[in-house]
Amino acid sequence: MNDVSQFSAGISILEITYILASVLFILGLKMLSHPLTARRGNTLAAAGMIMAIVATILFHSKDGEKIGNIGWILIAIAIGTAIGWVIAKRVKMTAMPQLVSFFNGMGGAAAALISMMEFPHVSSELIARTGMANGHVLAILLGLVIGSVSWAGSMIAFGKLDGRIGDLRVKAMKYVNLTILAVIVGFMAYIMTRDVQTSAELMPLIIILFVISVAYGVLFVMPIGGADMPVVISLLNSFTGVAAAMGGFLYSNQAMLTGGILVGSAGTILTVLMCRAMNRSLLNVIVGVFGGGGQAVTNAAGTIREITVPDAAVLLSYSKKVVIVPGYGLAVAQAQHICHELDKLLEEKGVEVKYAIHPVAGRMPGHMNVLLAEADVPYEQLIESDEINPDLPNTDVLVVIGANDVVNPAAEDDPSSPIYGMPIIKARDARNVIVMKRGMGKGYAAIENMLFFNDKTRMLFGDAKSTLQALVTEVKSL
Amino acid sequence: MEGILEYFMVNRGIIYMVILSVFLGIEVISHVPAILHTPLMSGANAIHGVVIIGAIIVMGHADTTGAMILGFLAVILGTLNVVGGFVVTDRMLEMFKKKK
Repeated sequence: MNDVSQFSAGISILEITYILASVLFILGLKMLSHPLTARRGNTLAAAGMIMAIVATILFHSKDGEKIGNIGWILIAIAIGTAIGWVIAKRVKMTAMPQLVSFFNGMGGAAAALISMMEFPHVSSELIARTGMANGHVLAILLGLVIGSVSWAGSMIAFGKLDGRIGDLRVKAMKYVNLTILAVIVGFMAYIMTRDVQTSAELMPLIIILFVISVAYGVLFVMPIGGADMPVVISLLNSFTGVAAAMGGFLYSNQAMLTGGILVGSAGTILTVLMCRAMNRSLLNVIVGVFGGGGQAVTNAAGTIREITVPDAAVLLSYSKKVVIVPGYGLAVAQAQHICHELDKLLEEKGVEVKYAIHPVAGRMPGHMNVLLAEADVPYEQLIESDEINPDLPNTDVLVVIGANDVVNPAAEDDPSSPIYGMPIIKARDARNVIVMKRGMGKGYAAIENMLFFNDKTRMLFGDAKSTLQALVTEVKSL
Repeated sequence: MEGILEYFMVNRGIIYMVILSVFLGIEVISHVPAILHTPLMSGANAIHGVVIIGAIIVMGHADTTGAMILGFLAVILGTLNVVGGFVVTDRMLEMFKKKK
């Protein structure tokens, strides 16, 4: 930390600004957890960030030298701002998960780059005293590894969510990933026990470590699909936080430390909450294997029964209670607005309509909530799955719109199923079930869904938006 | 090993802060309604963009062309994280304004 000989007005302003920024990050994050204050919390955190950036450029000093190349720094910031702003503003709400993953990867990459550039500059005086085994080097190495894993993993997650990359399920994957992890740890230990005069000599080892870490990041995320993706994004988010904190250790920088650790721990808790919702352990996800490892058994599945739009309209209009289960299909079809129109029409007819939200429906936790909020569905109508399940036997019609895994009874019935043990919305408890799907394709988990073959279920094939539009027209005429 | 112990000693103030921040992060998240999970994740994403400070420091002391180029890249990446993160979060939260 700064000793008295570095004391100057500039440094004081800088440190005070960092304290302010840290406070704003903490306040901002806190406010982000309440609907009424969330937006202001975001703005406050942003303000803290801007303050920290400006103060750094103006007042930061390392070994007596202030920040140079300011012109280029400003240009880089301008470019990043322009690109970031445009991407963030233009992208559709359904692509939000991809976007969060993408920007997360950017942060991870920045952290890795910082480590790569600082490694050759480790003071030879420090090395003379402790060799390479010191906290400074450890912080650099951790920043490199964690940042690289986060970047690579986030890019793969982005590709998967955007539909560009498929899943890679190989049985040995679990062992491959564990091995690579061991190699990474071993390599770090190796680097830290080298007997050298300067760190620059070991640069080739750093490059190798970078490559191995990137490989791990890729292989970590590649096999994961289905309900695990939200968990992965949350985990990678916390990784980048930790990588940023490593940079904070490196420069004894308050702002980076607070921001980084806050996100590291908050992100981890969010991840754990999500794992609990899915009844799977975090270790299971980290080791990079999806599900119980079993192949889902597709038996001669049985017959499906269809329903026509006019019949469905009648069924819905004369019900007392209707529950809608939205899924990713609703988001993809951009049918959330027309869905709300339908529920308003039904409510006018005296039908009680509620939305059952499963914690991992869609591509991210809260995805459905965000989507339905965009359609102005009042949040009192959104009920969490464990709250709504007891009500389902009294529900006249349960309508599944583009959801699949979250209503798949295999989670309760089939121990060999990859989703076994995951809490679901107990759709088959309802009196009648209507499933709106484009076709008989499999959900994100790529397994058969016996709900579709249930006696109480009627399939309503078609694109969610056009089907809902047709329903709206029908219901209006009743 | 000695080097690591020495590091802990010298930086114990920071270490206290880290420990407290961990608890803080846990506390702040424990009472989040599911509706806010996505915006919260997005907001947290933006906050770890603070890594841009490190990028600025690195670039601010870059003395070779190679370092300048990498530093330039690092600052752009950090800015993307920050700007993209806060703007996306704001967009998500915009939709909550009327009723919540």
